Amino acid sequence: MSSLDFLSQGIIQAFTLIVNLNPYILSITEVSIKVSGTATILATLTALPLAFAIAFLKFRGKQALITLVNTGMGLPSVFVGLFIFVMLVPVGPFGFLNMIYTKKAMILAQYILIVPVITGITLAAIKAVPVLIIETVYTLGGTQKDVVIATLREAKFGIITAFLAGLGRALAEVGAILIVGGNIAYTGSIGGIGEGLSYTRSLTTAITSETSKGDISTSIALGIILISLVLSVNILANYFQRRD
Amino acid sequence: MEDLFRIENLGKYFGNKEVLKNIHLTIYRGEIFAFIGPSGVGKTTLLRIFNFLEMPTSGRLIFDGNEYAIHQKNSIRRRMSMLFQRPGVFNTSVFNNVAYGLIIRSVDKKTIGKKVTDALNLVGLSGYEKQKASTLSGGEAQRMAFARAIVYQPDILLLDEPTANLDPAHVAKIEDIIKQIRSELGTTIIMASHNINQVRRIADRVGILLNQELIEVNTKEQIFTHPNDTRSSAFINGDFIY
Repeated sequence: MSSLDFLSQGIIQAFTLIVNLNPYILSITEVSIKVSGTATILATLTALPLAFAIAFLKFRGKQALITLVNTGMGLPSVFVGLFIFVMLVPVGPFGFLNMIYTKKAMILAQYILIVPVITGITLAAIKAVPVLIIETVYTLGGTQKDVVIATLREAKFGIITAFLAGLGRALAEVGAILIVGGNIAYTGSIGGIGEGLSYTRSLTTAITSETSKGDISTSIALGIILISLVLSVNILANYFQRRD
Repeated sequence: MEDLFRIENLGKYFGNKEVLKNIHLTIYRGEIFAFIGPSGVGKTTLLRIFNFLEMPTSGRLIFDGNEYAIHQKNSIRRRMSMLFQRPGVFNTSVFNNVAYGLIIRSVDKKTIGKKVTDALNLVGLSGYEKQKASTLSGGEAQRMAFARAIVYQPDILLLDEPTANLDPAHVAKIEDIIKQIRSELGTTIIMASHNINQVRRIADRVGILLNQELIEVNTKEQIFTHPNDTRSSAFINGDFIY
């Protein structure tokens, strides 16, 4: 078999798996979307008030917090995975929570990774709102609360972009969730594909395991879905950036 | 005449740069007071101090008989409106821009609709309600901002070069509205301008700012015919060398 045949057969089989709505692949996709979606929503709920607090409030340690956010934007995911693993293993300080190798642990890892990303981009969007707009709110009798609401409105496309950037990072993340989620699929054969439905196996972690097993068609199918998701998120992000 | 604002020995620094010094001034309720002077003498800064956007470095500011207190700034500001030379435009429709001051005062929707329509009509922007404000020309944006500033009928209107971006027809229109709202509503109007002719047309009293100081305050008749300070006459006659 030539390398071209190998590749083309892999792609054809991958599309067959996708078109036939293979349960294993669907379950992995579902885990990815649920974990990354939940982590992104929770991270946004934390990052928005954090970014507004940094932008509008004066408090001690503000500069240190900005440095922490900036550092966090480039945090190595394997380091986060290792840190959470150490915290959550049965002998660790939070072992009693029984969270290791669960979706909750994966959500926690992605949450820690993307809070700084969403905070940083939101903060940039807030700072891009002209001072003139803020002063206009004050001159028309607005309070600090009115200024926050007006800024939220003015920066809305930047904030949506921050959410989508966080979602994109979460979907593409592999190191941390591999360590804390364990890349687990239920045992038992489903649909003749092999191992069964995903428990903590995401698109990214599944690609690493399927590739190492030599199941190229499944890997390519997962890769196509992953790229499609990330691409869709980025297209949306670009759309909102242009509107901004 | 009843005092509305009284300024005593006010000074303002930006870093090491002194932008206002030894300002003493009383503004009377219901008058149109104009600051004139060349660019960069502190006219805008003084208006911004009236609106709490800047705090003076020294001196006293008395409003309605009480000293300005930082904790009262929201309640004092609610009685005012300020129009910038280059207006801030919210990224929404013309209607929502003009309605903003009414919305934050929890005015009911029906009243907002009527007041916004009337204000837009007054400034010649009738029919622009649904247009995105960011697509307006400079002059249209200035007129929209003027409608936004007067729509909730503030007691005090602070105007910084209110007709700077307008064509002559609209300058006349805005000047008429300024005179009209003062005579009909008793609004106190404090404006900054370097347009001497405009000040001559609409102001009651005038203050001349030169070199960060208020060198003369007087009625417009007195200022433009018999100024007390030789620098005032030099500025009015265009002989002043900066």
